[in-house]
Amino acid sequence: MKQAIIIVVMFLCAYCLTAQVSVTGSVRDNKGRILAGASVTLKGTYDGGNSDSTGRFSFKTTEKGNYMLVAANIGYNTVEVSVLLAGEPVQVNFSLKEAFNELKAVVITAGSFVASDKKKATVLKPLDIATTAGAVADIAATLQTLPGAQRVGEQEGLFIRGGSAEEAKIMIDGAVVNNFFYSAVPGIAQRGRFSPFLFSGTVFSTGGYSAVYGQALSSVLSLESIDIPERSEVQVGLSPIFGSAGFQEVAKNKKSSYGFSYNWVNLSLYQKLVPQAPDYFKAPDLHTVDANFRFKTMGNGMLKLYAYFNTTGLGIRNPSLDSIGLKNAFSLNNKNFFTNISFRQSLGNGWKLNTVASISYNKDQIQNEVQNANNQTTPSTQIPVIDYNHYRLNNHQWMLQARAVAEKRFGAINAFRFGAEVWNNADSFRYSNQDGIFPAAVHDFYTAGFAETDLYITNDLAFRPGLRAEHSGLLNKWNLAPRAALSYKLGPYSQLTADYGIFRQTPDRRFLMNNTDFDFLTADHYILTYQHLSSGYTFRIQAFYKDYRSLLKTDDALRNATGTNGNGYAQGLELFWRDKKTFRGLDYWISYSYLDTKRNYNNYPITAMPTFAATHSGSVVIKKFWVKQMFGMNWSWNWSTGRPYYNPNLPATGFLSNRTIAYSSNNFSLNWLPKIGKANSVVVVGINNVFNELQIFGYNYSSRVKDGNGQLISTAVVPPAPRTFFLGLFLSWGVDRTQQQINSNL
Amino acid sequence: MKKLLLIVAMLVVGFTQAQSRYEGAMQKGLAQLSEAKTPADMLAVSAFFERVADAEKDKWLPYYYAARTNILAGWMDPKADKDKSAEKSKQLIAKAVALEPNQSDIFCLEQQVAVQQLTVDAMNRWQTYGAVAAEAIAKAKTADPANPRPYLLEGQYQLNVPEAFGGGKAVAKKLLEKSLTLFSSYKPASPFHPDWGKELAEKTLAACQ
Repeated sequence: MKQAIIIVVMFLCAYCLTAQVSVTGSVRDNKGRILAGASVTLKGTYDGGNSDSTGRFSFKTTEKGNYMLVAANIGYNTVEVSVLLAGEPVQVNFSLKEAFNELKAVVITAGSFVASDKKKATVLKPLDIATTAGAVADIAATLQTLPGAQRVGEQEGLFIRGGSAEEAKIMIDGAVVNNFFYSAVPGIAQRGRFSPFLFSGTVFSTGGYSAVYGQALSSVLSLESIDIPERSEVQVGLSPIFGSAGFQEVAKNKKSSYGFSYNWVNLSLYQKLVPQAPDYFKAPDLHTVDANFRFKTMGNGMLKLYAYFNTTGLGIRNPSLDSIGLKNAFSLNNKNFFTNISFRQSLGNGWKLNTVASISYNKDQIQNEVQNANNQTTPSTQIPVIDYNHYRLNNHQWMLQARAVAEKRFGAINAFRFGAEVWNNADSFRYSNQDGIFPAAVHDFYTAGFAETDLYITNDLAFRPGLRAEHSGLLNKWNLAPRAALSYKLGPYSQLTADYGIFRQTPDRRFLMNNTDFDFLTADHYILTYQHLSSGYTFRIQAFYKDYRSLLKTDDALRNATGTNGNGYAQGLELFWRDKKTFRGLDYWISYSYLDTKRNYNNYPITAMPTFAATHSGSVVIKKFWVKQMFGMNWSWNWSTGRPYYNPNLPATGFLSNRTIAYSSNNFSLNWLPKIGKANSVVVVGINNVFNELQIFGYNYSSRVKDGNGQLISTAVVPPAPRTFFLGLFLSWGVDRTQQQINSNL
Repeated sequence: MKKLLLIVAMLVVGFTQAQSRYEGAMQKGLAQLSEAKTPADMLAVSAFFERVADAEKDKWLPYYYAARTNILAGWMDPKADKDKSAEKSKQLIAKAVALEPNQSDIFCLEQQVAVQQLTVDAMNRWQTYGAVAAEAIAKAKTADPANPRPYLLEGQYQLNVPEAFGGGKAVAKKLLEKSLTLFSSYKPASPFHPDWGKELAEKTLAACQ
């Protein structure tokens, strides 16, 4: 009986101890700011509560004795406090320290434009490149709607903040692409060779870039190719100007894929429909094949192989300015090959390895002839400036490169990166005219080593010092280039970044055929960026100063380098505003650049603003997509004030003092994604320069024919046609694994 | 003998008490779940389930409900930072998976989180997060072919996918009908096991007509 009583008492005791103790307090961060929604738990029990909007929490517990009270909030380090529960109310005030967190930390690379799906904070998305009106899916043309990039209508390339096209380097998976654009044609800017759909990530730095890259005084554009595609598919593209076909085969386990595509572009039909100002005696005709193989290795590594081959042929005839009635006939045959193999692998313990090797080859065969009114080759006129227009130029470029970068993560989100690269550039030229054949060759073996580290002092303050050492075999010289970036987070969406660096570049090899006793070209960058980036809005303002301490000088004929005592500067202010939120379904961005730049380089007789710079320029890009109808409309307006042009009628003091008229272009494109049969299709219609605005990129002058006032005559450099049109239909038949799943399960 | 009896009695008391404590907590949590009206209520339920789960250490169900309510709270609050909320959901799901590696309903949670993150920027995210969602559903179906919820979630998802991308009403309808067929013979393994979705499947199917 006694026993029974004890048991009953015990039973009761188990419940009689349920006298409740109240636990209250507050949760704040280490700066005293309220943390709402933090959880407070009596460890090992069910009891606890959440902090409210004032940071206070309170709960009651029936537990007795010593317990740990735990406060946790996502993004903060968890804190445990020991409490004694003995009937008295308990009060605890927590102070949580913010945990190092990549998503919340300040962005070191805020000075550059990033387009990526993977990173949370990006200004652009990869899809934007394909849907910007006027760009016709050309990567460089889309980047020209961002501040810092100048629009130069008569020449291809990235002209960044008063820098020439040679001052920008473009890479794919870390490997430099020597001939990113189609070969130059006088007076007509060429597109980039690569489709934006090859890439999942784009980093466009308009200055102050990392020590991991080099050999660019102004800018780097780094493109990262896609990994394994989502699904297997067959693609066909049809347009009055091109036809393409290709496939991607993705392995069932999604560990590997391969693909192949062929693309043929021929503008003869287009040029019949849309009259062109120059006389194309051979319409541009391009054949491109490319192939890829991608393979996921053990431990989430990735091996990617890409190969590209293209041939381009065209012939274009323009009236000669040197003699009335004669014409210059320019023809170009280009062959280009690019292949790269990249491999990245996590090695465990915070180590990561990134390697790439590439081979590129480019061959231009250029022939220029003076022709008469009947398009027949003229015999020698005995006038040298005319006869020298009979020439042939064969140009071969080989580039082999290899690069390895190792990264070690330490202490939450800090990183240390170091690596090395070698480039082997071999160029050969053969120029022939009435005076004979002039072969030349130049070879540069370039090596570089670099190291940088990302140091997060707090989540809000990060510092990235870097150093790069380079050696050029051609110059037989070394250089050192330090870089630094400091970023400070002002609020949840805004931050300040300061970038500094010394940037060096080997002078353009074509000027170094006869003499190589030169130094590297050098520019110093100072950049200050304020950025506000939330999911709906992006606002950026950048101020920069670029000091060209050393630029190349050449002889008057622009043939041989004479020194690296050229110099110049560029300074300016840039604004960018993007808004995806205010108007439902409408996305727009506005960019503006102010640029003040002058330089004395190449054969400039004085310091002047170069032809590839405009004082004010900007863009407005608008996109609207109707998801239900799968229909989108895009508009863009690009404008700039006039650019300098060379007028030989002026004395040397007036060099480049003339300005063209202001530039303006309004562009429209439409995309519609209907389902045609079993194919997912995209119909794209585009019109560039909708309002037929007059665009003048500069003037070409005669070297001998003068008008009645004794002035050399000129013609305006204008686009081949005032408007350009695009119409294309892209079809893809996808073997969608999700559809297979549905069907096999029903 | 007396001592032994006493020890046994104490153990029995302790055991039954612990058992009923867990069950009581689950009942209380599920009751709160059905009564939660605001995102804050839902987050409180989630925190409660998380505490139960952390204290129990070996039970996946409280983690399941903690994740589910966290996801629901994310949907209830249109202003919520869905990526941040998804981080929390994923942490909870990871703990549930560690205890129960091949649970169809946990895979369903993975799909729901992926869809939640997808909606932040559907235009740009559908390829990556859509693939994650599809993979989770495939795993859920394999883990338990009789579970109607993977079909319900997939149907719900496909209803919002434009026809041009292989979704639409017709596709969704087939999936929801399949889900309802499975619901008609579905029995949860215990009173605390997931038992939701039949009404939702009916409602969503009605929207497909």
